[in-house]
Amino acid sequence: MKPLLEIKDLHAQVEGQEILKGINLAMDDGQVHAVMGRNGSGKSTLANVLMGSPFYEVTQGQVLFKGRDITNEDTTTRARMGMFLGFQYPVELAGVRVYEFLKTLHRNKTGEDIKPAEFRAYLSDIMSTLDMEPDVLGRGLNEGFSGGEKKKLEVLQLLLLQPELAILDETDSGLDVDALRTVSWGIRKAVERGSKVLIITHYTRILDYLSPDRVHVLLNGRIVASDGPDLAQKIDDQGYEWLGGAQ
Amino acid sequence: MSASVPVKINENLIREVSESKSEPEWMLDIRLKALKAFRASSLPDFMPVKFRERIRFDELAYYVRATDGPVQDWEDVPEYIRKTLEGLGIQEAEQKYLAGLTVQVESESVYQSFQEQLQKQGVIFTDLDTGVREYPSIVRRYFSKITPPESNIFAALNTALWSGGVFLYVPAGVEVKFPLQSYFRINRPNLGQLEHTVIVLEEGASVHYIEGCSAPIYSKVDLHAGAVEAFVGPGATLKFTTIQNWSHNVLNIGNKRAVAMDDSFVDWVDANMGAGLNMKYPTVVLSGPGARAQTLSLSMASEGQLHDTGARMIHLAPHTSSTITSKSVVKQGGASVFRGKVKVEIGADHVRARSKCDSLILDDEARSDTVPSLQVLQDNADVGHEATVSKLGQDQLFYLMSRGLTEEEATFTVVNGFVADFIKTLPMEYALEMNRLIELEMKGAQG
Ligand SMILES: Nc1ncnc2c1ncn2[C@@H]1O[C@H](COP(=O)(O)OP(=O)(O)OP(=O)(O)O)[C@@H](O)[C@H]1O
Ligand SMILES: [Mg+2]
Repeated sequence: MKPLLEIKDLHAQVEGQEILKGINLAMDDGQVHAVMGRNGSGKSTLANVLMGSPFYEVTQGQVLFKGRDITNEDTTTRARMGMFLGFQYPVELAGVRVYEFLKTLHRNKTGEDIKPAEFRAYLSDIMSTLDMEPDVLGRGLNEGFSGGEKKKLEVLQLLLLQPELAILDETDSGLDVDALRTVSWGIRKAVERGSKVLIITHYTRILDYLSPDRVHVLLNGRIVASDGPDLAQKIDDQGYEWLGGAQ
Repeated sequence: MSASVPVKINENLIREVSESKSEPEWMLDIRLKALKAFRASSLPDFMPVKFRERIRFDELAYYVRATDGPVQDWEDVPEYIRKTLEGLGIQEAEQKYLAGLTVQVESESVYQSFQEQLQKQGVIFTDLDTGVREYPSIVRRYFSKITPPESNIFAALNTALWSGGVFLYVPAGVEVKFPLQSYFRINRPNLGQLEHTVIVLEEGASVHYIEGCSAPIYSKVDLHAGAVEAFVGPGATLKFTTIQNWSHNVLNIGNKRAVAMDDSFVDWVDANMGAGLNMKYPTVVLSGPGARAQTLSLSMASEGQLHDTGARMIHLAPHTSSTITSKSVVKQGGASVFRGKVKVEIGADHVRARSKCDSLILDDEARSDTVPSLQVLQDNADVGHEATVSKLGQDQLFYLMSRGLTEEEATFTVVNGFVADFIKTLPMEYALEMNRLIELEMKGAQG
């Protein structure tokens, strides 16, 4: 079977500075992979480059998604192929009403124009489980949202789009204990429905909920270790020092 | 059927127009005085050369009749006009949510309809030519008093050669619940459309008046220089909405003014999508204590378009307040200039005035400028201006595209968010229409 995602010797730079220095990573087995690593090691850069961000330049290497080389595809194409990025810092879009936006996503995904009442009922179910205020639907997208509210809206979109691959960049950061539980529930739900997840995180806590099949450690632009779930625990106990990869 | 009078702007032309309308002497006098004002004035200094060169007053036709006069029955509108208007959904709108509709093609009104109930209450809604003939005592009291021909060259031209436009009168205490709409259409090239609208609201009256404009695309220049004079009596409320979608060969230069009496409210909503050059500064003269006014304008300018717009608030009376809000979107070399003026006269105590201008720039070729002017002659006024300029963010596009939107859809989404506050002020049907126009504009189509 072809791996869902295959990253081969990927180099990427921003403003002439190389951030990714030859990433190799394959998601072949298992539903959930985790990526860990120090602040500034290049995790968000990797996530953004995978989604085709215009801010980074890929200078070498390849990204294969579902066996197809997508290194030169634009972001829309990647998304429509079934890739999703949950942002570490979701951007604010003033005046873009959450409800209309979600409705557009739903229409794009299903090709159907769902009745407003039906759609509201559908959203209301997910939102109450995620413990989101209903008035969020009437607000501007991420406009004035708290950190936790933004992360929950990312999870709501994840559940709505049900992508084949969800790259989640610290979707668990900045959450209180209750929010962490609801967000984890949401991600689990997506996994149960068939999404594969590449989650970037600093904490083992979310991994307790998601039980990753593999953990990769990214240090200084390279994957320096890939192993079973125990690796996450070891990092939690001992930090990154033992892996070398000097800053 | 269609008869066109000579184009030179002189006394003969004016007499001819006036005569063919069987006008009273007083109107002819006003026209002739305006001709003098026209001769004495010149194009505004700030008007860019490329547009000055395109205004050739003598090459335009000023008085073109598309039909023999307004009809009340839609079926009586000549088919070729009806087809165009039906394509634009004009009559459908009338049936669904309007209390009255007038349609002007070229220089005169071709269709008028109006709810009987309102007629019984004494509301008058007709073309101004009819207004002059049938209600001279009211029209004469206001015509050219609020926007005198001396104001500027286009006010002078309009007053001298005006034709068509609307006369709307709402008696004291009458609240018109559904909007009244007029629709202006230019159907031929090289036309100077100079309609003139007079709106009078007596004490405590209220109405929402909507005007829409469009034209097919010609390579020749059309000039649209309309004038609106509105008198808003004590405690009255006027909401005036314009949705302007002229094709890009049209130079659109408006003179719109309202006088707001004690405790009245003037709410001016001005959407400018089309026209090559657009110069429009709705003005409210706050003449009575406690009067309030707001203007909310939107402009979208793309390649070859200059939208020089804004608003003017002239505070003459104490305890008056005003808000100017302007939103502009520019792309592909389009340019917008915001000219907002707030003036507080001596003796106008405790005035509050706010002016705010937000621009969204979609690419590097487009530009946007602001020219605010605050003249405060009374010391206890609370007057403020703020301006924001934002560029379409690559991070915003990336976010939206990561959810499967195309770049075009993503841009449209950002623009829609930017104008959302504006769209909210429109009745639902018009909000939908505006969204459609914005979408067309974003796709680079011109209407
Ligand atoms: N757009 C950019 N412009 C300039 N520098 C950038 C940009 N994006 C990333 N970098 C730099 O690249 C390095 C890696 O950043 P990245 O955001 O990928 O780290 P990270 O592993 O996600 O860190 P954290 O755990 O703190 O989120 C950092 O030094 C960062 O400053
Ligand atoms: Mg990061």
